[in-house]
Amino acid sequence: MRILEGRDVTKHFGGLAAVSHVDFHVDQGEIVGLIGPNGAGKTTLFNLISAALPLKSGELRFKGQKLNGLKPHQICKMGVARTFQQTKIFADMPVLQNVLVGAFFGSPNRVSGADAARGANQALEFVGLSAMIATPAKDLTLVNQKRVEVARALATKPELLLLDELMAGLNSTEISEAMELVTRIRDNGITILMVEHVMKAIMGICGRIMVLHHGEKIAEGTCNEISCNKTVIEVYLGGEAHAGS
Amino acid sequence: MDITTFIPRKLWVPGLLLLILIVLATLPLYAGSNRVLFISATTLMYIALAVSWAMFSGPTGYMSLAPAAFFGVGIYTTAILRNELPLGVIIVAAGIVSFIVALLVGLVTLRLKGIYFAIFTFGLVVLIGQLVLYYDIHILGVRGHPVTPTTYEIMYYCMLGLAVATLLAAYFIRRSRLGLALQSIGGNEEAAAHMGVNTTRVKVLTFAISAIFMGAAGAIMGARMVFVDPAATFSVGYSFSPVLMAVFGGMGQLYGPVIGATIFSLLEIWLSGRFPLYYAIIFGIILILVILYLPGGVVGLIPKLRNRLGGVISRLGKGGKAEQHANT
Repeated sequence: MRILEGRDVTKHFGGLAAVSHVDFHVDQGEIVGLIGPNGAGKTTLFNLISAALPLKSGELRFKGQKLNGLKPHQICKMGVARTFQQTKIFADMPVLQNVLVGAFFGSPNRVSGADAARGANQALEFVGLSAMIATPAKDLTLVNQKRVEVARALATKPELLLLDELMAGLNSTEISEAMELVTRIRDNGITILMVEHVMKAIMGICGRIMVLHHGEKIAEGTCNEISCNKTVIEVYLGGEAHAGS
Repeated sequence: MDITTFIPRKLWVPGLLLLILIVLATLPLYAGSNRVLFISATTLMYIALAVSWAMFSGPTGYMSLAPAAFFGVGIYTTAILRNELPLGVIIVAAGIVSFIVALLVGLVTLRLKGIYFAIFTFGLVVLIGQLVLYYDIHILGVRGHPVTPTTYEIMYYCMLGLAVATLLAAYFIRRSRLGLALQSIGGNEEAAAHMGVNTTRVKVLTFAISAIFMGAAGAIMGARMVFVDPAATFSVGYSFSPVLMAVFGGMGQLYGPVIGATIFSLLEIWLSGRFPLYYAIIFGIILILVILYLPGGVVGLIPKLRNRLGGVISRLGKGGKAEQHANT
């Protein structure tokens, strides 16, 4: 089943087409990778899906329902959660309170205090932060701040999770852990669309990859198809590089 | 033995609050003079203003300079209704009018961020003042309204009730999911929206709730006046004072603005009596020093002091033990 579908999605910043006539879809239960050079429009596409930017041209559907014109909090309540490329934690609040925000407000129905606390603690346990629930979020390391963002997004009980460069700035052990985390999230029935530059991670866990370049979708396919695709090698992977390195 | 070890902390705080409340509630019995009552009522008014300001601006970081606008709306409500309705009804009416004005203003202005929001709310004081003046002169054909002032005692009790109500409201908002939403907006508004917080609704609603108490404070103050004049009513001083008091006291804790307002308003009365010409300068210097050296406000000192004292006490304790060991 198609959980997310985009038709002719276009976004201009002044004269620049950040995202240009992109058609795409994400099936339920997939992990889809979104790659491309810097400035290709990956984050812009994320911002359009989560309504951080208004979508004026084209159409986005989540489980068949139109997303055009909705506000970010409405999109979240429908079941689409996201993390940010530059972490946007609530710095002065303790870790648990960060996640409680998602647990309380992310659901379309009113959540009781006990349920929210349970959901938040579950999400924190899932990402492995149970030991630090009382620490102010600003005192965490980068990798743990990213985990807080994931836990916060999970606490909203999403069906689709948008991960914007979750692995950027992490060391190789942390990347392996993050890959394992993403796979576990998918195994819990949450579909994932992720922007990533770490090719090892993309090739390791994504079932399908889409490539953006200058706002246009230039390729789409399985990892093998993408790593052999001439255009992709030219604009992104680089002439001599091999996927997986 | 420390006496606090015998009394559980849970009883200690409400007990202290009850004691303060009893002292304040019986104050008119032994106050002796109207001056003491007036000073106390003014202090309570500033507590209500500072706490209600911090209700919205504290967690969100939106610097509102609108208190004087709602305070003025309250005064004017009294001026117009004073001779027709009982004071209790007027206070409630002023709260409702301020709530509605804040709701409308909030819907327009809360899209603005940072300094732009502050400037607009500042302009609002002047704008509403001018509108009221226009209404007075061109529609009612008067300038200002004479009012039959109420007694100091009634004014005092109204302010006390208002301060208590404001504190209760602030306390419950802090503990509620609305409080969590406000904090998340202050932390990162964009992330809050993506976590499902309806940021516009949360901001506008809280802004309007805080205006209820500002309007009510104005209504009570207006009831003590002999003559209400638009120019004096919408004075920006009533915007700056609550902000400075809350910042001075510290906004991390609920009692920060209370302490700030108390110290500030007593200091103002004392300084303006002693140094009528220079008090504003002294006041400004104190404020600058506090903002420079106490970023957490006066309340921010408490954990620091506690750490220091805690260090001294534990060192003394260890010293004592060491001595014992030496003796054995």
